[in-house]
Amino acid sequence: MKFKVDNNEVFASTGGRPFDKNKPLIIFVHGSGLTHMTWVLQTRYFAFHGYSVLALDLPGHGLSSGESLKSIEEMSDWLSKVIDAVGYKEASLVGHSQGCLVTIECASKYSNKIKTLSLIGGAGAIPMNPELLSLAENNDPKAVDLMMDWAHGPAGHFGGHPVPGLYHINTGTMLAKTRTIKNTLGVDFRACDNYKNGFEAAKKIKIPTLSILATDDKMCPVKEGKKLADLIEGSQVDIIDNCGHMMLLEEADRVLAVLKKFITSKYPPKEIKK
Amino acid sequence: MSDKKKPINPHTYKFDTLSLHAGYQPHKNAGSRQVPIYQTTSYLFDDVDHAAALFNLERGGHIYSRISNPTVGVLEERVASLEGGTAALATSSGMAAIFLTVMTLCEAGDHLVVSSQLYGGTVNLFRLTLPKFGIKTTFVKPRDTEGFKKAIQKNTKGIFGELVGNPGNELMNMPEIANIAHDAGIPLIVDATYQTPYLCKPFEHGADIVVHSLTKWMAGHGSSMAGILVEGGKFDWMQNDKFPTMTKPYEGYHGLSFAEEFGPTAFTMKARAEGMRDFGPCLSPQNAWNVLQGIETLSVRMKKHCSNAEEMVKYLLAHESVAWVSHPSVPDHPDHELAKKLLPNGRGSMIAFGIKGGKDAGVAFINNVKLSSHLANVGDTRTLVIHPASGTHSQMDEATLKFAGLSHDMIRLSVGIEDINDIKNDFEIGFRAAKKPRLVSNQ
Repeated sequence: MKFKVDNNEVFASTGGRPFDKNKPLIIFVHGSGLTHMTWVLQTRYFAFHGYSVLALDLPGHGLSSGESLKSIEEMSDWLSKVIDAVGYKEASLVGHSQGCLVTIECASKYSNKIKTLSLIGGAGAIPMNPELLSLAENNDPKAVDLMMDWAHGPAGHFGGHPVPGLYHINTGTMLAKTRTIKNTLGVDFRACDNYKNGFEAAKKIKIPTLSILATDDKMCPVKEGKKLADLIEGSQVDIIDNCGHMMLLEEADRVLAVLKKFITSKYPPKEIKK
Repeated sequence: MSDKKKPINPHTYKFDTLSLHAGYQPHKNAGSRQVPIYQTTSYLFDDVDHAAALFNLERGGHIYSRISNPTVGVLEERVASLEGGTAALATSSGMAAIFLTVMTLCEAGDHLVVSSQLYGGTVNLFRLTLPKFGIKTTFVKPRDTEGFKKAIQKNTKGIFGELVGNPGNELMNMPEIANIAHDAGIPLIVDATYQTPYLCKPFEHGADIVVHSLTKWMAGHGSSMAGILVEGGKFDWMQNDKFPTMTKPYEGYHGLSFAEEFGPTAFTMKARAEGMRDFGPCLSPQNAWNVLQGIETLSVRMKKHCSNAEEMVKYLLAHESVAWVSHPSVPDHPDHELAKKLLPNGRGSMIAFGIKGGKDAGVAFINNVKLSSHLANVGDTRTLVIHPASGTHSQMDEATLKFAGLSHDMIRLSVGIEDINDIKNDFEIGFRAAKKPRLVSNQ
């Protein structure tokens, strides 16, 4: 569906179901340079099981208009406005990678709006390799190739996609090349590199929080993910073996199962009383 | 020592490694090093919720082997990886892959622009069968690049062609024709059976969907029928209103929009969810496994196919019984320069040549070669020959034969990987017989 925030059109997948304001809202926030399509193996399930779902395309990404936002702080403010724009007072957030930084910041700043937080492949800081950052900012497709290499675990490099016939690395590459690399990946990487407030923001979070980490994640290693989780009161951690940073696709069923258990228990799919 | 920092490079696997490993994770299959053959029709559901989620595309997984199968899935991922595609869907034959592609793309009332130089069965599909579904075709000669542009109508939904036409070896100018298609907001579909991804990756030259008969070089062994369609993932189905079945809510899946939900894999998802569900031209797991055995040695075989073909081109060009030779490696072939650009690893192993003495000489040649097999296939590891006008293209009338660039003296040769001297010696037997067609026969 499409709606407007700050006069720019925002696209969000509703998981294949009409958006229903009587159901609790889950918002999914993608990683650097990617789009709502990374979430397809989680969003459709929730959309058909009692929730309203928005898998967002960040401004300037995928099917959303406008320019990419230049800082994690701006993205978190924008995310709060998304909740207002669709007529909700609260939502549950799920982030992947850069999306974790955005949702941590949002949950700490707008604590009254956010009911649960699920961090997939998250860390308190995501400093970028300077050469990778430079390649992305200079629109070099090698930046995407490097990202796909590092983002997939050893098993993911061979394939074995949960959806028959889909090949992980090439699909990810095409998603990252949906728009001009320097305007999406380049801006996003710089925003991640500049963001220094993750650990401080985490300390302020008091809502139920889940971290899903993967043993072969080179971009947000387990050690960094745990460091973040330790700062969030009562945070749960789930670690997936033999999987890389793209765990939401590489081990989609496992991620969905853990998310289901967490979200349905902490933010049940009941009708919202207006 | 230089203190210059070494640039970082991606370490994703390369072609030869992907040929052996892509699409398969042994640790998820009892540690089996070889891909298992999942000889089953159906798959247990964990519970009713799991079943519903699979049927509704909420989760990945297998339901019924008409739709997908784990062994077939490995083949699909392997070919997608080798082509540089996002996704693939294997079918029971190459013709099934073409049919499924057209039926995923088009509705009754739609139109396609198609190269005239195609395998005879494909010509018949476009010329005679698809009109029964309300899908019409305008044929254009493969070298008439401007003709493809002129043939596009308001209801045209795609351009289709074989990169190197069967059997005359005429090339489509794929990059230019891709630009024409994209300017019109429609995809370019390329049948790259003759090339395999070892010789050409059509997505790098603008193609949007690639189809193969895997029966041929990809398998190589001539034992198993199989086909595949592969999606490049770049084509924007939402750029115009030409593809409502891709972009609008689809009743068959609770209002799903394939383009919105699946983006770079939308076409394959629709072809499987709708096409395999409703038409059912699925590939058997045994045949998928057989094809996988062939793909493991694809690059090794293709090198030998191409080197043998170039030797045979030289031999035929110098032979007194040969009137003409068509192969893109020949310097005066009209597409020689284009072939160097599009087929840098070799120009393929299909040769068309004219035998002096016309049809009778051709028939005598075919009837008398011993090592070379006379049959309706190409891309076997063994050398194959056929006389197209009386075989693969025999259902065409004279006018269609002429438009497709076929002549009665033409022999189609698919060069195998036998010892090159044995192939030449076999041809000498054929040529000797062809000189006396009425006196020598194998009857």
